[in-house]
Amino acid sequence: MPLIPQPPPPAGGALLARLHAINAEYGYLPEEELRRAAEELGVPLSQVYSAATFYAAFSFQPRGRHTIHVCLGTACYIRGGEKLLEKLESTLGVRPGETTDDRAFTVETVHCVGSCSMSPVMRVDGDTYGRLRADLLPRILRKYREQEAGGVSDEGM
Amino acid sequence: MKVCSRSDLETLRAKGLSTLYPSRLKVSVGMATCGLATGAAAVYDTLRDEALQRELDLMLVATGCLGYCQQEPLVEVRMPGRDRVLYARMTADRARELIAALAEGNLPTEGALAIIPEEKEPPAGSKPAGGLPRLNELPFYARQRKIILRNCGLIDPTSIEEYIAQGGYEAMAHALLDLTPEQVIDEVLRAGLRGRGGAGFPTGRKWQVCHDAPGQPKYVICNGDEGDPGAYMDRTVLESDPHSVIEGLTIAGYAIGAHEGYIYVRDEYPLAVERVTQAVARAQELGLLGENILESGFDFNITIVRGAGAFVCGEETALISSIEGGLGEPRPKPPFPAISGLWGKPTVINNVKTLATVPVIINRGAGWYAAIGTENNAGTVVFSLVGRVANTGLVEVPLGLTLREMIEGIGGGGLNGKAVKAVQTGGPSGGCLPARLFDLPISYETLTQAGSIMGSGGMVVMDENTCMVDVARYFIGFTMAESCGKCTPCREGTHYMYEILTRIVEGKGTPEDLDLLEEVARWVKMASLCGLGQTAPNPVLSTLRYFHDEYEAHVEEKRCPAGVCRALIRLAIVPDLCNGCGLCRRECPAGAISGEKKKPHTINPELCTRCRICYDVCPVGAIEIVR
Amino acid sequence: MINLTVNEQPVTVPEGTTILQAVRAAGVELPTLCFHEGLAPYGACRLCMVSIAAPRHALVASCAYPVEEGLAVETNSPEAVSARRLALEFLLSRCPQSEVIQEMAAQEGVTASRFGTPPPERAEELCVLCGLCVRVCREAIGAAAIGFIGRGMERRVGTPFDIQAATCIGCGACAEICPTKAIKIEDRGNKRILHTWHTTVELHKCPQCGKLFAPEPMAFLGEMFPEIEEQWALCPECRRARTAQQWVEQRFTSPA
Repeated sequence: MPLIPQPPPPAGGALLARLHAINAEYGYLPEEELRRAAEELGVPLSQVYSAATFYAAFSFQPRGRHTIHVCLGTACYIRGGEKLLEKLESTLGVRPGETTDDRAFTVETVHCVGSCSMSPVMRVDGDTYGRLRADLLPRILRKYREQEAGGVSDEGM
Repeated sequence: MKVCSRSDLETLRAKGLSTLYPSRLKVSVGMATCGLATGAAAVYDTLRDEALQRELDLMLVATGCLGYCQQEPLVEVRMPGRDRVLYARMTADRARELIAALAEGNLPTEGALAIIPEEKEPPAGSKPAGGLPRLNELPFYARQRKIILRNCGLIDPTSIEEYIAQGGYEAMAHALLDLTPEQVIDEVLRAGLRGRGGAGFPTGRKWQVCHDAPGQPKYVICNGDEGDPGAYMDRTVLESDPHSVIEGLTIAGYAIGAHEGYIYVRDEYPLAVERVTQAVARAQELGLLGENILESGFDFNITIVRGAGAFVCGEETALISSIEGGLGEPRPKPPFPAISGLWGKPTVINNVKTLATVPVIINRGAGWYAAIGTENNAGTVVFSLVGRVANTGLVEVPLGLTLREMIEGIGGGGLNGKAVKAVQTGGPSGGCLPARLFDLPISYETLTQAGSIMGSGGMVVMDENTCMVDVARYFIGFTMAESCGKCTPCREGTHYMYEILTRIVEGKGTPEDLDLLEEVARWVKMASLCGLGQTAPNPVLSTLRYFHDEYEAHVEEKRCPAGVCRALIRLAIVPDLCNGCGLCRRECPAGAISGEKKKPHTINPELCTRCRICYDVCPVGAIEIVR
Repeated sequence: MINLTVNEQPVTVPEGTTILQAVRAAGVELPTLCFHEGLAPYGACRLCMVSIAAPRHALVASCAYPVEEGLAVETNSPEAVSARRLALEFLLSRCPQSEVIQEMAAQEGVTASRFGTPPPERAEELCVLCGLCVRVCREAIGAAAIGFIGRGMERRVGTPFDIQAATCIGCGACAEICPTKAIKIEDRGNKRILHTWHTTVELHKCPQCGKLFAPEPMAFLGEMFPEIEEQWALCPECRRARTAQQWVEQRFTSPA
């Protein structure tokens, strides 16, 4: 028993669920939201902050409007996932974890999205693109830029 | 409606059968993540729009994954009274043609992969119409036996009725209404089911320990934090047949005396989260979860927890601490979770596939299950056959099949006819086995003895274009990034192994580095706190053991035999072969290629990053990798 | 009671004892960093590794392993010795400036590390991530002012957002328990500065002698223990004086 009495722990999974909710709403974890989460869940702020910095899904930086996840799982890696990343880096001028100046895209790498049979794979927001080649990337990026420009493109892959 | 009895289940089953086998035309599109990644959504939309336009009466359904991912998007057409036809690699254009043919009452054979006979067992020697093979006669499926994946790709995962039509929730009803918890445990024990998460601990024994452990409440957790890169069977089951997991978890809860269950799903699997959330809600709505299930007096509820991108949470104690609300940090065992788990209470953690198997064992009996596979390795396992192999996909086979039968038989050998050099099993915790060991029968023990593990079933095929030193570095890079950092060996050891391997692939390694690498690898394996660290060195140790020559080439000759390691290769254009099309120049991310149209191009070695994109895109094979 | 052997010498200890406690009861020493009697076993530093030969063969962290009947513990098996040495060699490479680590390593025969030195920004590193500070603050004090941040090689201990921790009571238990003296705390004027935690707390002034002695945020302890509340505000010396005076008064006013 610690010297300072503790509130009961939150329900199982509650802290992760709350962090996901904040991240989904803001695109990252703002400090004041983490403080509020700690208070409302009755969890020490240090614990909230530990969890927030531990998991790859959470960010402390605002993201671009679209997040690109280049998969570097084993199957993607040996079938050229790195090449996709390199092409993306040179096309967008950003490194993994960075956001383009126009805030359109944030590029991230991910350790497997579980679409290994379609490797190499990339995910843009919720859409997964499989059987990719570096030369197909510009077309995909264009689709998202056009969506933003208001012109709805239904160009499938 | 609340399901209160077996006859209520029958009502739902009838409803499920009417959509599974409707009296009108039915078209199903495989829309699990694999299908979606290759354009299934566009195919689905085209089928819908085109049918609408042609006023074709059609039941269009999104199903899950049939496993033959190589052939995605897959579309299945069922005309009442005829064998179902499966079309592979569907595109929007072909979908349009298909609807046109169907509108005229035709069931085209063009582009069809196989037929799925309407009768379970067609008469021996009979040939289906149209000269198409039956699905289970394709080399990819011939050796398969589907227990875990029994419903995947066949039912609409959002329909609990279709799951029930396939015999779903019958096992739960049997367990809750006819069996005691002890009898359920005994059945699972006698079936010889071992944990399909990879370690292979007997499931019945785990349940027994937790059942006998003092302390209340107890918990059951489904581990769906499938983090091994190269493995995606848990995702498939959760996306394509979520109720099988819910049913298995409920039976496990009943067996050990838990009234609360958790399903922990990996964050990178948004569709799986969605499907399983929907399925739990539906089961609750029908009273198949909640209070007094089927009026048996047993209460059971399930909470879904979405992971947040930490491989270590696949380790059971880390997963528990993640649910409790903190870091996914493992803690020492013993005590094992079955004695002291979630909130310090007795807890059973089982993998998705283990739980999906349980209802089948309860339905068909321990003896039936134990007869499949080999002694001590009963039943089936699911592998994801991926990498540089001709047929990629999910494969469920009885234990005891050889690696060769898997890779050459089912997988059809190397990609583009290249010779297979090695197979990596068990993800970052497993090892790389060379082709000369491919006659090993697959079991928990044989793979472990050979220096790999069964793990979650990832099977990544590698060929002459794969550098085994680079692969070892890749895996250690992975575990280094995923180490929680709690214990010294895993934190410091993986980091240092990564440093050594980086030196080696950069051509700066020495023969002494190989000894140091092995010494550190053995220590990390021996001294780490949890399974992540204890298995992290396996890719290094297995490649050192089986591919020592490749390491030697790197440190002694500064040569990468596979032509992968950037510091040790050079790219050049063969002038006689280059037709000056300029594709490589346009695709080169470094702007290192120059040349006039229709004249041989050249690569500036100063600018070239040796990414080899040019090698991939060159239509005439004029790019040479100088090793 | 549980019977086991430590280096072939029989030992009997109560159930629930760890191997480490049994080993120490047998008079054998093992190095530890993350272990503390007052806190739950943690098993992170992996210095106290020993071999168990029976009932099965394994290398285990003795601090976290409960004893079993018939256990045969070997503290000096080649694997155990090599595991301890490598752990110290890696910690030496992480914290080359730490005298504590240097001494511990030397005792195990490790005087230099083959595994390089830390990058320049961590050249002065003293923290071995044993987690004692985090655990004492959370488990024993209940302030939970500090926690682990990040993971893997990036893991470190800090306050949320690396700024003043609102829940820190300035008790200094973290610095007290730190085995490598990595936590810097300084009393300056009427402030206690916890440099490592970017946190400053006010010190309480003794109403009797005016000396600054305890962090203000710890005043709640007085309320928690009303029997000492009156004395709580006093500095240790004045408290002693007051107690002595009370004792004398009591002795001379009450019948002997």
